[in-house]
Amino acid sequence: MTGRLLSLLYSFLQIGFFSIGGGYATIPLIRQQVIDLHAWLTLQEFTDIITISQMTPGPLAVNTSTFVGMRIAGLGGAVAATFGCIISGYLISLFLYRFFKKHRQTSWIQPVLSGLKSASVGLIASCALTIASLAFQSDTKTLGLPLNLTAVGLFSLSFFALRKWKIHPILLMALCGLAGIFLY
Amino acid sequence: MKSNTFKNLPWLFGIHFFISAFTFGGGYVVIPMIRRYFVEKKQLFSEEELLEMAAIAQSSPGAIAVNLSVLSGYRTLGRLGAAVSCIASVLPPLLLISMISIGYDAFSSSRVVSAILKGMEAGVAALIVDMTIDMCRTIFRERRLILTLLVPATFLASSVFHINVCLLIPGSALLCLAECKIREQVRRRVS
Repeated sequence: MTGRLLSLLYSFLQIGFFSIGGGYATIPLIRQQVIDLHAWLTLQEFTDIITISQMTPGPLAVNTSTFVGMRIAGLGGAVAATFGCIISGYLISLFLYRFFKKHRQTSWIQPVLSGLKSASVGLIASCALTIASLAFQSDTKTLGLPLNLTAVGLFSLSFFALRKWKIHPILLMALCGLAGIFLY
Repeated sequence: MKSNTFKNLPWLFGIHFFISAFTFGGGYVVIPMIRRYFVEKKQLFSEEELLEMAAIAQSSPGAIAVNLSVLSGYRTLGRLGAAVSCIASVLPPLLLISMISIGYDAFSSSRVVSAILKGMEAGVAALIVDMTIDMCRTIFRERRLILTLLVPATFLASSVFHINVCLLIPGSALLCLAECKIREQVRRRVS
């Protein structure tokens, strides 16, 4: 049992440490550790966990570590795997934050931080595009395009509510979920 | 300070637990949530600082949502705040996935669940686009050509050319550093 917990911890420590950029960038890494190396999950189970991740709150890496940990060693396994998965990010992001704060006056810190900020916004924009195209995709064609007009309408309405009334994000999600029940 | 800590620690735990439990659609959706509570409501830090934290959370390994909650907790209440925020943001997915892993089949085949999720997808997209616009404005307001150009550049590099994030993040930092050094040189030569 202890051996299993340790190998879970070590595997997810590696996944956590090498996954920069988060989200779907981690998939190949998790796959290599969980399927190829340890055979903890089958490919089908792994695809399922990605689907669950899209349906539930929480980061993909945390969800996968919990799922795999539960399967291998119960709740203790889930905790060990999740801990391994987040601890690198915890320590390194805190270290970077404190480092940047402390050396704010140093001449090279400001341009580096500015560069990181701009890149971060660019990457968020690219993520926005991915999510929007995923949401708008449809199996049937309208006007020759595989476009889901219901989703486009719901998106436009949500966007308007956000810009105009600054509607609360969680209220928006709840309303969209409710609309989903009636529309799909 | 001490009584302040005791009052704020449960708030910090609650707010991160809440944000994490309702954040469908991945790490980036946490940013507008943190903004709503930490910047707009409680004014614990500025929009500018949030952008800085988001950039660091993204440049570090691991899940962006967890990293960002750690940083916002640290900024609010130091190390203790960071630890509490981290636990609070990991607990909801940990509990939920533990339960789902037991009853997975019933969950994934439910038509109501998939309809709700399909509706939420459009909401998530709107939320992220809205946030992107505001963040772009913050960057453009600095009126620095290189910073302004880097936003569409990294966007294209990632979306169109599929260049790895591990190259884009340090690359952008180095580019800005080089630009700054060159400007210093030019200034020195002029004077």
